[in-house]
Amino acid sequence: MNGVVAIFKRELTSYFATPIAYVFIVIFLVLAGSFMFFFGGFYEAGQADLSADGSFFYWHPWLYLFLVPALSMRLWAEERKSGSIELLMTLPLETWQAVTGKFLAAWAFTAIAVLLTFPIWITVNYLGDPDNGAIVAAYFGSILMAGGFLAIGACISAATKNQVIAFILSVVVCFILMVPGMGLVQSVLLGLAPQWLVDGLASLSFQTHFDAISKGVIDLRDLVYFGLLIGMCLYANSIVLELKKAD
Amino acid sequence: MIEVQSLTKEYGRFRAVDDLSFKVAPGEVLGFLGPNGAGKTTTMRIVAGFLQATAGRVTVCGHDIETAAVQAKHRIGYLPEGAPSYPEMTPRSFLEFIAEARGIPPGQRRKRLDEVIALLHLDRVLEQSIDTLSKGYRRRVGLAQAILHDPEVLILDEPTDGLDPNQKHEVRELIGRMAKSKIIVISTHLLEEVEAVCNRAIIIARGKILADDTPRGLEARSRFYNAVSLKLGSSELIAAARNAIGSLPEVASTELDEKNGRITAFPAPGKLPLAPINALAERQRWPLTELHLESGRLDEVFRSITGGAAA
Repeated sequence: MNGVVAIFKRELTSYFATPIAYVFIVIFLVLAGSFMFFFGGFYEAGQADLSADGSFFYWHPWLYLFLVPALSMRLWAEERKSGSIELLMTLPLETWQAVTGKFLAAWAFTAIAVLLTFPIWITVNYLGDPDNGAIVAAYFGSILMAGGFLAIGACISAATKNQVIAFILSVVVCFILMVPGMGLVQSVLLGLAPQWLVDGLASLSFQTHFDAISKGVIDLRDLVYFGLLIGMCLYANSIVLELKKAD
Repeated sequence: MIEVQSLTKEYGRFRAVDDLSFKVAPGEVLGFLGPNGAGKTTTMRIVAGFLQATAGRVTVCGHDIETAAVQAKHRIGYLPEGAPSYPEMTPRSFLEFIAEARGIPPGQRRKRLDEVIALLHLDRVLEQSIDTLSKGYRRRVGLAQAILHDPEVLILDEPTDGLDPNQKHEVRELIGRMAKSKIIVISTHLLEEVEAVCNRAIIIARGKILADDTPRGLEARSRFYNAVSLKLGSSELIAAARNAIGSLPEVASTELDEKNGRITAFPAPGKLPLAPINALAERQRWPLTELHLESGRLDEVFRSITGGAAA
């Protein structure tokens, strides 16, 4: 466990030692706010609600789709490019410790960015009387979903030295995992495939599971879904790393 | 003790390391020599636990590097080729990270850090980010990280690359001081480094061991070993002198460097031609301007053993 903690601390401090942290947080906050107010028509809707269609949490999957791969692309690709992976992998640590430490640091960093949107929460409380329990659940679900995006991105980052490739592949894979749960896509798919297949695909989608949590309903199945997704991706990450670390 | 048994590493169809076996005992400073692409770095990466061998076995202090990797890695200090580190960190935060990741107890970290910082003269750059440091300082940060946990085994891939002559000297002194109690394996292109710090040298090329000897033993393989070279003050005498020297029983053959008139006499097997040549010169009253006993030339041995492959 000490190894995981050492890696976690090093990684998290290194975000703040470079401009990555500040650029990421500022862009995330600006986009999260502007999507909600401009596209979501927050004021026009006249509801103190962060989970409605078009409201604050509605946009999170779309923000993560581009911002999380930007964060995860460097996780391993950069270590491989600079050669520091040789240093890391000859420390007396198991591979899973390095994988977990790095992932948790990136996840903690994302959580910091998400929680820094708290002025929006204050705003809705000032304007109206929202269901704060549901908002807490939605924050929790949003961070959980970010973990899913991150774990996929980390695994892809371990497979390449090139950060641009890691970014593009991560966006594509996350997009594929996101869309089958969206209402619009589902109605298109229903014209092409049987109901059971569309439902099956939807149940594998981020969107389906996030929708449930963002409405304030924390269902064990959704927790298991994200838990399994993260666990499987990190396991795959360890294997990919062992295979590709020296290429 | 490092034991390497029948180590083989293949990249696709290319065999980088080919059935390599050797042992290194405490107190030995082993220099790994070889042309570029000989398999030095690959071998060191396998011994340090970064790469997995295709076949063969490596144990470090009794721990197999594949099946007991963590225990083995605890005993190894490793400086990878090019001394990679994290450019955004400062030497202090980097060394603190290594100390924590290596499980050095918190109570001892301060003391160990201060020791290696003093040993490698890092105090002036401690709070500067590593990417602003010169190549020499980066190398020293890499060395500091390798010796931080006072390992039993040190594996250093080109430890003095990029250092200026003073820094090279310091690093060699440091290696020399640590040598008594540790096993040290270094790879290098610099033959003078082998003479300066190693008490054993392995020459490898195309993944195979071609020579395994002390630096002096390698020198003795040189045709220049115990050869004598001399220069005469007057050029008319050169031809006669060369003939006279060539007819001595201790001399196997002579060579003349036409450019500067230097005569080199190579010894007959097991003979020392210096004293007879000196006596001859005195009898003949040759106006000698130079008389040298040649030691072996490692570079020449290296070239002849590795078949002229570029060093």
